[in-house]
Amino acid sequence: MAVTDTNATERVEPEPAAAQDPSVSPVVDHGPVALHSPVPKVTRHAPAPSIDGQVNRAPRGVKLAKISKTGDRVFRALASTSGLTIILLVLFVGIFLLALALPSLRADQDNFLTSRNWTVAGNELRFGIAGLLWTTVLSSILAMAMAVPVAVGVALCLTQYLHMRAAAPISFVVDMLAAVPSIIFGLWGLIVLGPFLAPAGEWLINAIGWIPLFSKSVDPKGSVFVASVVLAIMILPIVMAISRDVFAQTPRDHIEAALALGATRWEVIRTAVLPYGRSGVISASMLGLGRALGETIAVMIILTTPAAGSPFSPSIFAGGETFASKIANNAAEFDSPSKTGAYIAAGLVLFLITFVVNAMARVIAERGAAKS
Amino acid sequence: MTKQNDAAQSDAAGAANRLVSSRVGLRRMRRQAIGLAALAALATLSLAACGSDPTSATEQPGGAEPGSSANASGLACPAGKLSAEGSSAQNNAITEVIADYNAECGDKATIEYNPTGSGAGIKSFYNSLVDFAGSDSALKTEEKDGVIEADKAKERCQNNPAWNIPMVVGPIAFAYNVDGVDKLVLNAETLAEIFNGTIKTWNDPKIAKLNSGAKLPSANITVFFRSDESGTTENTTKFLSKAGNGAWKDEPAKAWTGTGDGKNKSSGVAEATANTKNSITYIEWSYAKDNTLSMAQLDSGNGPVELTGDSVAKAVDEAKVKGSGNDLNLDLKYSGNKAGAYPALLVTYEIVCSKGLAADKTTIVKDFLTYFSSSDAQQKLPDLGYAPLPSELESKVQAAVAAIQ
Repeated sequence: MAVTDTNATERVEPEPAAAQDPSVSPVVDHGPVALHSPVPKVTRHAPAPSIDGQVNRAPRGVKLAKISKTGDRVFRALASTSGLTIILLVLFVGIFLLALALPSLRADQDNFLTSRNWTVAGNELRFGIAGLLWTTVLSSILAMAMAVPVAVGVALCLTQYLHMRAAAPISFVVDMLAAVPSIIFGLWGLIVLGPFLAPAGEWLINAIGWIPLFSKSVDPKGSVFVASVVLAIMILPIVMAISRDVFAQTPRDHIEAALALGATRWEVIRTAVLPYGRSGVISASMLGLGRALGETIAVMIILTTPAAGSPFSPSIFAGGETFASKIANNAAEFDSPSKTGAYIAAGLVLFLITFVVNAMARVIAERGAAKS
Repeated sequence: MTKQNDAAQSDAAGAANRLVSSRVGLRRMRRQAIGLAALAALATLSLAACGSDPTSATEQPGGAEPGSSANASGLACPAGKLSAEGSSAQNNAITEVIADYNAECGDKATIEYNPTGSGAGIKSFYNSLVDFAGSDSALKTEEKDGVIEADKAKERCQNNPAWNIPMVVGPIAFAYNVDGVDKLVLNAETLAEIFNGTIKTWNDPKIAKLNSGAKLPSANITVFFRSDESGTTENTTKFLSKAGNGAWKDEPAKAWTGTGDGKNKSSGVAEATANTKNSITYIEWSYAKDNTLSMAQLDSGNGPVELTGDSVAKAVDEAKVKGSGNDLNLDLKYSGNKAGAYPALLVTYEIVCSKGLAADKTTIVKDFLTYFSSSDAQQKLPDLGYAPLPSELESKVQAAVAAIQ
């Protein structure tokens, strides 16, 4: 309280001058500070902007237009309808998935969560999502591990190191990456990146192949590793754009305070920019993860599918199928309700995973916001 | 405290600014809205104009007698719209034939074919969503998933049987990529053992026995298969199980049950085989040709046979007709074929109502299939990687099409 008082008294000094010429006076401190001001209230109000004065001086007989609330009502209705529609839409998608999947899930002879079989034609259904879940999660997390550091680096470079004039074209180029259709990424991954990365993969296998995660598998060109690199490139623009916007909003005060205390550029980033943007970067990563989990065409084109009944390999150099790629790959031959149901059941799991990921992003972002 | 005040104030200032700018924005929007409204009015006007055009256009020339404008090749060329759906194996063939038919008839009819897969096509057909279906296998007469396809189709055709009319013959190539081996001879049994993983290397004695003199490497065989469910896989496994002397034990199915690495669609399999040494795959002929892959010759008992349009037609010629009358459901002969016949193939049927489809649709179906089964259209198919129907079957097909009511 003491601080406010001194502030107020200090600011009083220019007041008399300002009072004489209202147009000069900036609109500083009304409100609570004014209450503490030792100067009479009238003079405090006099320097208000000239418009106020005119309104005050308006003749009494003028009728003000009726305040119409139609606009408010219409807009409110529109906005709440939109909100409701989205909720209903998600609800209906969930119900639709569940309704189609349930009969097949009931008829499933295997454990749906732990089986790696996928026999959905014929009378006996035997299917489970263990293999799909592993490939989906592995490829997405690997993609995130590669994309997030690069994205954060690019975002920091754009906001903290480069001049605006240089940064604008670069962020434009990265944003352009988001506009490339995923089929193009898929073909590029299959034809160019796969063969290019094969030697690197072989080197890794030779060096640390004794770890199951890096053990040798059949086709180096169509491995989860190649798919993850492509996924990483695909989610890079999302994570980068959000991180960039968050970093750009770091309060100038924080940065200048750090500089004033003698911090170097890196120390400014470490002490001011990164802590401020942390929750934003995390929710950006989660958005990227969501996209990686659901990515279909590129993964489908790149990944080699292991033959049915082949032994499970946890390696990133093995092939596999993700939920989305499996469904897309076989969508043309959904010829019986039980088969369709089995694929829809896999889709339902993906839906739930995405839900969980988004919820996690929400929680983390909110916790971060509360702290800052 | 001051900090909060400052913040509150700057917020207030910000809000004021936003208000002002939104007012400016409103004004701008209003101006835009007027422009938009004008545009919309224009659009509706022109749409209305467009809307009235085609109807009047079709009414005048096509109009009262659809059969009146018969052209040189004996086609009636009725006007109207036809939609079909099904097998993706015949997609290239039917797309080309539709284009040719439209060229012959001067674009009077609109025919659409949607390659959603055989199963989906049949389903859409018996649910009356499309006018005919394309399928790699004939309508099933036994129950599957609570549905008997043939009965459902009959129901759709107002209790008239639906016919399976063989139209496009798609040979299956066994494409390989082995350095230094220009000619490779295989038989169904060896293929079955390669595909189920019993034969693991190229210099296996069983392969060497069929290829005396060829320099076969000791490398492992990489098998590529279709990771998506496909009629090609089903027909290949049917061939392997019927001709493989028991080497292929699994039920023929759309999903691959053998060994190997799965690739997406024919294009993926072709790409993988082209770029992977010591690999082999089964694939439609057109893809093998387009990717200039080497193709194995098949020995089905009477010496090695190369895959050509003629050798495939010879094998189709040996097929027996299972169906009755004009229902030309084929029983293909997969082993013990005559010399010069290549039996690894799939036949795509057009599934049509023998009777009971709306009259205007029937005329187009009939006319289009008449063109499809004509020698003219069939002889163009080898360029696209399909084999033409052998002449005897061709005349049976033509008779069946003519009998559609």
